[in-house]
Amino acid sequence: MDTSQYLDMFIEESKEHLQACNEQLLALENNPDDLAIVNEIFRAAHTLKGMSATMGYEDIADLTHKMENVLDAIRNSKISVTTEILDVVFEASDDLELMVLDIEAGGDGKKDVSHLVDTLNRIEAGEPLDLSETAAATEEAPTEVLTSSGIHYDEFELTVISQSSDQGFNAYEITVELREDCLLKVARVFMTFEILEKSGEVIKTVPTVEKLENEDFDQKFTIVLLTHEDADELRAKVMKVSEIEDVKITHITDEYVQKYKQTEFESLEEQPQEIEKKTENPTVKAAQEKAEPKDTAPSKKSGQSSSNKTIRVNIDRLDILMNLFEELVIDRGRLQSIASELHNPELNESVERMTRVSGDLQNIILNMRMVPVETVFNRFPKMVRTLARDLNKKVNLEIIGAETELDRTVIDEIGDPLVHLIRNALDHGVESPEERIAAGKPEEGTVTLRAYHSGNHVFIELEDDGAGVNRERVLNKAIERGIVSEEIAPTLSDKQVAELILASGFSTAAAITDVSGRGVGLDVVKNTIESLGGHISIDSKEGKGSLFQVQLPLTLSIISVMLVELDQEIYAIPLSSIIETAIIQKSDILNAHNQPVIDFRGTIVPLVDLKEIFEMRDGNADEEDFQSIVIVRKGESLAGLVVDSFIGQQEIVLKSLGNYLQSVFAISGATILGNGQVALIVDCNALIK
Amino acid sequence: MTKAVEVSDMKVIVFQLMNKEYAIGLDVVESIEKSLSITRVPRMPSYVKGVLNLRGVVTPVVDLRERFDMEYKEFDESSCIIIVSYADSEVGLIVDDANDVMDVPTSAIGPQPEVVGSVESEFISGVAKVDKRLLVMLNLEKVLQPIKKVNADEL
Repeated sequence: MDTSQYLDMFIEESKEHLQACNEQLLALENNPDDLAIVNEIFRAAHTLKGMSATMGYEDIADLTHKMENVLDAIRNSKISVTTEILDVVFEASDDLELMVLDIEAGGDGKKDVSHLVDTLNRIEAGEPLDLSETAAATEEAPTEVLTSSGIHYDEFELTVISQSSDQGFNAYEITVELREDCLLKVARVFMTFEILEKSGEVIKTVPTVEKLENEDFDQKFTIVLLTHEDADELRAKVMKVSEIEDVKITHITDEYVQKYKQTEFESLEEQPQEIEKKTENPTVKAAQEKAEPKDTAPSKKSGQSSSNKTIRVNIDRLDILMNLFEELVIDRGRLQSIASELHNPELNESVERMTRVSGDLQNIILNMRMVPVETVFNRFPKMVRTLARDLNKKVNLEIIGAETELDRTVIDEIGDPLVHLIRNALDHGVESPEERIAAGKPEEGTVTLRAYHSGNHVFIELEDDGAGVNRERVLNKAIERGIVSEEIAPTLSDKQVAELILASGFSTAAAITDVSGRGVGLDVVKNTIESLGGHISIDSKEGKGSLFQVQLPLTLSIISVMLVELDQEIYAIPLSSIIETAIIQKSDILNAHNQPVIDFRGTIVPLVDLKEIFEMRDGNADEEDFQSIVIVRKGESLAGLVVDSFIGQQEIVLKSLGNYLQSVFAISGATILGNGQVALIVDCNALIK
Repeated sequence: MTKAVEVSDMKVIVFQLMNKEYAIGLDVVESIEKSLSITRVPRMPSYVKGVLNLRGVVTPVVDLRERFDMEYKEFDESSCIIIVSYADSEVGLIVDDANDVMDVPTSAIGPQPEVVGSVESEFISGVAKVDKRLLVMLNLEKVLQPIKKVNADEL
């Protein structure tokens, strides 16, 4: 069977299952006696096994199978959960992850897992488990014993079966076995189908029709048929086809359907995340059973199928949609400005309406691209566990607000910086258990990862109750590295000192450890976050711990700006960096060593004349008594930008200046205004030192 | 532009700068625009006139006269902006006039003579003599070297 079309789905779902495994394993570690958790892991592993076997990834199937055996032993209280066992299981899930990644990268997903398999076998302690359900077993299955395929049904099929039985149809599983020497298997299949389709309706085949057509099956195949005729009649008809060895017909009774459904739904209730699954998995499970029709109904664990109203959409399409919408926003702006000039009430009305509708549309499109930070956060618990063990520290990671949503483009970028920060917190923040006890703290350190929305931003905070930033050490280092001068050093606030560790060329780790500080410092984190239009700050109390706060924009493509006029030209200042606007009297401007400053609510704020920065001094200094200024901020520092006049607030689409103009001082991009003109966007971060 | 081996013709757009004729390959030309409103970009070399809105794409504009240190001329009736697509980005070139499109046999393109005009020679990839006209072929790669950072002396 050509499985390539399912590959993407397989990879996606495998990752989800592995993630579920990891989460539950961590939960299990905290509650070793909770067998419900073991069940969950078992289910995830089981599904993964089925999928990988179907896709032909035997190594994954093998490993999951062994994992499953161990889990089963735990479940049946044959062995008890110990850290050692969990370590091995974790290792197994790590290997599985590697194999899935390999497949994603185009590899064959092969890996030498014999060692792990051995270990798992040993853990299992040779318990003979009769739960051999791998697809591999199916092929070896045809023995003397009369077998029938335990077919997996999805909800839809079950509904069809039960409905048709209400209407007097009988549902049969018809297993046809061809003769060993059968030459024209496909032809026989076709003939069988023809006969059966005359008698009733074929609703399912195992293997799939495609496989049957490609002769990709052994001697046997199974057809599920809805018919009025009885079993013997059917059997006689089918046996007329030559080269058929045997025909077995199993009646699918209502009780069977009910029972099957029950197990299905139970598993769904217990494991809500399984609702995500949309695909029916054509895994063949050979369940040994007797030939008598009434004795069917093996209880199958499955985590498939459900009617979830979501679809997977290629992110490229969303991007195209977004681009098209951006064009629309520009035209909307244009219409607005035309309407405001014409003063035609009807035009105004329809433009207003369009503005509202497109505003809603914008929200929907932006929301569609939103992904919960969970997708980034969920790999951290395991990482922290491993790291803590490597470092011989005891760390408890708390995650709050994992459901907070962020634009996908931001999500893609934020993973690495967060990994860096967490590593940093574990390596440099949290002390060793001995030190902690000596400092009168609980032995186990706590690292809290928090995400929440605030205004147009998302905040991600990482708080630890570790040693905090040592002012002395940081200052000495910064002076040594030439990041600050000795004169300035004593005047810096604790917060400013803490933020020095983000400066480039700074790394406080005395020795380069394996965990953090591999030449790249936290400045990389800072750069990445700032390139996303975000901001990072540190609050630290020595001996009490540190708080890293990352502020990120909700979205990167449409932003709110304040339009200002500078000598007939229009510039846009991102609203996110504006504190407020003010009109001040010329006489209020003071001078601090050639630097004009103002007293703004008690703080001294330097003034930046944008016209001077942008070299548009027209010579005749305006004689007005009042000056419009925009107070902007970068972190804690403020600056007042002197502009000619304010135009207003607008939503704009961020556009780049292109490859040709690669770096323009204090300009972060451009946008197209309603009148078709290009306005440049001021980069406030570049204006504040 | 200088694939000399090909015998075939090459289509070029001929434009004028200071009464001299220059040519660039038609394959890189996206469109020719008459005046569009240009937004100045601060702290750029003087030949970068700014950016314009070309059907939703923010496109930088370079004044070729200034790029080649020629005498400054106001944008007038005959001036136009040739939009070229080069290295994944579009750039507009302000020229005095765009005359026509013509076929230049590749065999007619030769190396530049020692003195062609006031244009710095690194911007020229060759000259083509067609009938009695002398076309200066531009080397777009050099003309459109990305502006990475602002050099103090150019301000």
